[in-house]
Parts: sequence; structure tokens; C-alpha cells
Amino acid sequence: MAFEQSPLPFAPDALESAGMKAETFEYHYGKHHKAYVDNLNKLVEGKAEFEGKSLEDVIVMTAGNADQTGIFNNAAQVWNHSFFWNSLKAGGGGVPTGDLLQKIETAFGSYDAFKTEFAAAAATQFGSGWAWLVEDAGTLKITKTANADNPLTKGQKPLLTLDVWEHAYYIDFRNARPGYIANYLDKLVNWDFVAANLAA
Amino acid sequence: MTHQPSNLISRRQWLSYVGAASGTIAITSLFPNATQAETLATPYATLPALPYAYDALAPFIDEKTMKIHHDLHHGAYVKNLNAALDKFPKYKEKPIEDLFPILNKIPEEIRRTVRNNGGGHYNHTLFWESMGPKAGGEPVGELATAIVKDFGSIDDFKKQFVEAGMQRFGSGWVWLAITRKGNLAISSTPNQDNPLMASDIPILGNDLWEHAYYLTYQNRRAEYLAQWWNVVNWNAVNDRYKKAIA
Repeated sequence: MAFEQSPLPFAPDALESAGMKAETFEYHYGKHHKAYVDNLNKLVEGKAEFEGKSLEDVIVMTAGNADQTGIFNNAAQVWNHSFFWNSLKAGGGGVPTGDLLQKIETAFGSYDAFKTEFAAAAATQFGSGWAWLVEDAGTLKITKTANADNPLTKGQKPLLTLDVWEHAYYIDFRNARPGYIANYLDKLVNWDFVAANLAA
Repeated sequence: MTHQPSNLISRRQWLSYVGAASGTIAITSLFPNATQAETLATPYATLPALPYAYDALAPFIDEKTMKIHHDLHHGAYVKNLNAALDKFPKYKEKPIEDLFPILNKIPEEIRRTVRNNGGGHYNHTLFWESMGPKAGGEPVGELATAIVKDFGSIDDFKKQFVEAGMQRFGSGWVWLAITRKGNLAISSTPNQDNPLMASDIPILGNDLWEHAYYLTYQNRRAEYLAQWWNVVNWNAVNDRYKKAIA
């Protein structure tokens, strides 16, 4: 059973008014994400140990194994991108409400402190990678990972992510990663997705 | 050392011109827009001018990419490197090549910044100087002979170089370098690391960060790597090789 690319949960042009062009998703979803899915399927084809395994299983099985770097990179990038699409929402961003806001205030002191810490993590991931909001042993934390790495391999529960590979923002923001990060926090964060992940 | 980027030579020339005791006035006259506070610290590195026009490498590398890549990406590495070394000025006495092999001795507070931004500055300087308009073709001179000796043929070398570039996952560089044994070898480094950090001498490098090719090639790194041969200035690369082995 081959792994399938999850659908983009919005139209490619749905975020145009929030700073991300349809062209970005034509490449990012249509080419980059698809290539990870295709590469993963080629790499696991005929390998019994991966038969019937979920994507999460494959990620955890191959993490840190030098002989299976290709499988890990592609599997994790398939997962990370699906998670990223769901982290975005037209009309999203800004301050969350209710229970979620309270949890963020408990963990970071205030929403502004969360925002500052998340933006710093995303800006300082040198090279390609990801910034994350995770739940780790009951506490909300901000982390960053290089290339394909993700929090599943550290036993953390991912709640939200931002792709800081240059391909994620080069069409819309060129070299201006801080502008891309601010735009995401102010206009795109899908807090409903965070709340659902937290409740799961 | 024989493999300095030209900007460092300029920096030394500039320092000897300004002189150690010339103080704030002379420096201010060179940087009329600098604030008084900024003039107190001599910048370690300067962004070298691109040795050709921004559109000189089109259509293989487009003008907008060159402008953003040189002015903004490379410019930021220079700025960040200078800010880090201003905190520990004793390291400003050494050329950047001499800092890479001793990164583990550099204070932890600035070590990562020097590695990433010093690497970014050195790598990009070498990159600009390795390309040119009306370039491409085949390796020349002593370098061509050495490539054939170490890789079998020019085509085999190019094939291995492209393969190494495709294998680099995420951001990084692919290199042709002279090893400590004196032979040529292809290698790849993540992010802004470079062969000097392993005591090899890079003589040619291609930038695999997506910012190097995204506006023209998007996700098609293989196409970028194939087209890049059209802008390699083999005379410049051969000169660097000859200086390095001299």
C-alpha cells in the first residue's frame, strides 16, 4: 500500500490576501511535497519491514539510522508538509482564545512572549528546517528542527509548525524570512488545528 | 596562505592605508554615513563588489537572483560576522581562512555565528569569483590535467560533482577541493560549512541553498546543477588551483 499525498486543505489561491501566492502552493504542494511522497514510495517498495506501517511508524523506525537517511528524510518531509498545510488558515493568526490562550500564557507568560519566542526559533534555524509548538510532558514548548527532523522522534506531540526551508517563502518573501514569520503569526496560524491537536 | 578571497586582501590593503593610528576622522571620511559609535569598531570584512554585472550570468542565473543573493544574503553574512567579531576583537587579526580550522577555540558565544556567517562570507566570495560571463566550456590548464588524473575524465568529474550536489539534503554546498594528500576530491557540506573546516582547500564550489536557484529553477535543482557549468570561469578556477598547490 503506497503512501498518499494528503490533500491541501484549502484552494491554492486561498491565502493570496494573507501574503502567500497560489504559485507558492503550486510548487510547494504540487512539486516539493509530491516529490517527497513519490521518493518515499520508491524507497520503501518491496521492503517488508515497512509493509503496513503508518507514516509515523516509518519516521520513528528510521530516525537516527544512518543506513535509512533517505527513507527518514522523505517520510518526515511528507508528514511535516501535511502538518504544515493544516497549520495554515485564511483569516488565521493573532491571539488565540479560551483554554488555548490560557495554556499559552501559563507556558510563555503572555501571547506576546510566545510570539517573540516562536519568531526567534524560526529565524535562527540556520539553513533549512522547521519551527514548532509542541506539548512535551504536559508542557507547551517551542522547538526548531533541521532539514526533515521533527518532534515525533523526541516523543513530543507536535501542535503547530512553520516551514522555514527557503522554498516555503522565496516566491512571496525572497530572502526576508522575518517578514514571512511575522505574516504567518499575524495572519495564518490555524489555532483550531492547535486546539484539536492538544485535545487529541 | 594562497587561497584568500580577494575581499580579505582588500581589507588588509585598506588597513595599511588607513593605518593603526589614524583614528576616527579618517575612518569616518571613508564611511560618511557611519555613526560615531560604528566608527569605533573597524569592520572585519567588507562585502566584495560582484566582479561582473548582475545580469552577466543570465539566462543561467537571473539578474534578480544575483542581486538578492549578493547584496542581501552575502551582505547579511558580512554584517553578522562583523558584529560577532567586534565582541572578541583579537580574532579580527586573523584572516577568515585561519578561523575555520580553530572554530572550537573561538568563544562559544560567537562560535556558531562565526561558523555560519564567516562560512557564508568566504563561500560566497569564492562562488562569485568562480563564475563569469562568456564562461563555461571545459576545465583548462593544470587543473584539467589534475581532474583527468583524479576522476578519469572531465565528464566523470562533472557527473560526480552533480551527483554530490543532488545528494545534499537541505541547504549546503558541493565542492571541488585539494585534500591534505594533494589530490582533488569532491565533497559536500551542510549549510555554510566548507572544506577549510576539515583542512582541505576549496577551489570550486556551487551553492545548493534554494536561494541560489529558486527564482529560475524552483524545485529543479538537477537542472540548475546542469546549467551552472555554463557560467563556471575555468581560468579563474585554474588560477586558484595553481596558487593553492604552489
